[in-house]
Amino acid sequence: MTEATKVASDGTAPLARVRDLSVVFPARRGKPPVTAVDRVSFDIEPGQTLGLVGQSGSGKTTTGRAVLQLQKAHSGSVRLLGEELIGMSSSRLRRMRRHMQFVLQNPYSSLHPRMTIAQTLAEPLRVHRSVPSSRIRERVEELLELVSMDPAVMHRYPHEFSGGQRQRIVIARALAVNPDFVVCDEPVSALDVRTQAQIVALLQSLQEKLGLSYLFIAHDLAIVREVAHNVAVMFGGRIVERGSVAQVYDDPQHPYTRMLLDAVPIPDPTIQRERLRAAPPDLDFAGPEEDGPCRFGEDHRRTGTAPFHVDGDGHGVSCRSWPLG
Amino acid sequence: MSDTVHMQAKEALRRGSSSYRRLPLTSGQILLGLGLFMLALMIVVTVLAPVIAPFDPSMTSASSLAAPSSQHWLGTDSIGRDVLSRLIVGGRTTLLITGVAVFLALAAGLVLGLLSGYVGGIVDDVIMRLLDVIFAFPVFLLAIAVVAGLGPSVPNLILTIAIVYTPAMARVVRGPVLSVKQWDHVEAARSVGVSELRIVTRHVLPMVVSPIVVATSLTLAQTIFTITALSFLGLGPPPPDPNWGGMLAEARQFMELAPLTVIAPAGAIVFATLTFIVLANGLREVLDVGSVG
Repeated sequence: MTEATKVASDGTAPLARVRDLSVVFPARRGKPPVTAVDRVSFDIEPGQTLGLVGQSGSGKTTTGRAVLQLQKAHSGSVRLLGEELIGMSSSRLRRMRRHMQFVLQNPYSSLHPRMTIAQTLAEPLRVHRSVPSSRIRERVEELLELVSMDPAVMHRYPHEFSGGQRQRIVIARALAVNPDFVVCDEPVSALDVRTQAQIVALLQSLQEKLGLSYLFIAHDLAIVREVAHNVAVMFGGRIVERGSVAQVYDDPQHPYTRMLLDAVPIPDPTIQRERLRAAPPDLDFAGPEEDGPCRFGEDHRRTGTAPFHVDGDGHGVSCRSWPLG
Repeated sequence: MSDTVHMQAKEALRRGSSSYRRLPLTSGQILLGLGLFMLALMIVVTVLAPVIAPFDPSMTSASSLAAPSSQHWLGTDSIGRDVLSRLIVGGRTTLLITGVAVFLALAAGLVLGLLSGYVGGIVDDVIMRLLDVIFAFPVFLLAIAVVAGLGPSVPNLILTIAIVYTPAMARVVRGPVLSVKQWDHVEAARSVGVSELRIVTRHVLPMVVSPIVVATSLTLAQTIFTITALSFLGLGPPPPDPNWGGMLAEARQFMELAPLTVIAPAGAIVFATLTFIVLANGLREVLDVGSVG
């Protein structure tokens, strides 16, 4: 295949490498421009999952869309299989899309309401000519079986299915062209709890079977702990902490991460009631842009380095967005 | 109210036999049915015009401004031509111009509206500002200017009407495209790698068909009115070919002597316009479209 595949298969380079990715929404009606994603960096190894967590508006979804080039990046670098995606011509980018796919949050809106399941699943196959047209039907059946659905339903329309079934179809569409990398943007948050567990299990078994890498965007910390190998915590467009699941969950360094973990409800009514009664932590994480040495004693403006500090085990924490005092 | 419907549905089910058809029709369905019936009537008369017209519409006779008789059902006009035949054949001209002109306006509006709404940015600005220039003129003023410049003929009239109604059609298309292009399934198609052209035609266009259909029907109604008005002012198809607006203009001065010569074409214009308005309202309710335009 392409050179790109060779680079990935030698096992040293990560599948996806994101460096200093920024997304800026232009100024509108007298409002200043908004930096939705601010110099975000992470790697995703083949067959691994990076969980991206943070509160609403922290830039998780925008990061995912920018990685997939569905959102124009302001600066930075996104390399998939060794190829730089930012600035890539649109025709080459369309060809690269067979390596990276997207599972959207809302299965009720992400399927074309007037296309049958067969048409929906056949579309990526035709676009990328990944199977000859005589074999498309066969492949559609295969895909439905892959996501544990009855191939007989392929001539039905999306409105005939439940949320969980639709999300299975969305996943099948994403897998149609045998991608290496799938961005899952809150793939289960629109589903009921029982269905959530089924879809999470499906995603995990597909990862094992097909060696997929996921960028798993979610606000549910428990689910991320379940599916992810590594976690990045976002706040205000920045990654404030990044590391393995054990590092981040068991030894959170950044005050925002700690607050986020503390916000998870405890399944004990007495304790939980007590916690809710206490005033919620009112922390101002905005913090001024530091001049001079940061809290770890490094002057980033002078040295030109990113305001991020990684220890020997790969556990990184930002020196920004710390509350005052 | 929904209770009643529910019970009626149950009742229908209990009685068996293709049950749900016995539900009361909604007002939209009734309007749509009426509109389609009127449209069918008009199309039949138009297509069969040469066959069903009792006389040659240009043939004069000795009896001018005659009252209705068994021979001339709607009487004759000032130079003795059969009013009914002129009405039937004249409808042909009027509806042909209307149909072709609106089709052209729809085609142009569809292309410009999709381009403008989907591509956005500077393309959107340029297209919409150019269309605004056309939009800024009153319809009649613009139509009169074009026809006066090019001379009154059927092709010129068609062109004029098409130009005049293109901006409105483009706007009707552009509006919903602006929102549909941000819908999840469009983003999903983009992430799959579907080409932009296919996204527009397969993923965006089908979502915006309903408002376009309704708007087209309304535009047809307006166009009939515009064409007859232009013809009335002498800017329509040149004589002796009959057309409704022209008939009205010729008959005006004999209104007191032979009221039917005015009432007949006026009635035809009202009928044709009403057909498309009824159709549009029926479609609007059945297709569940909000306000258009």
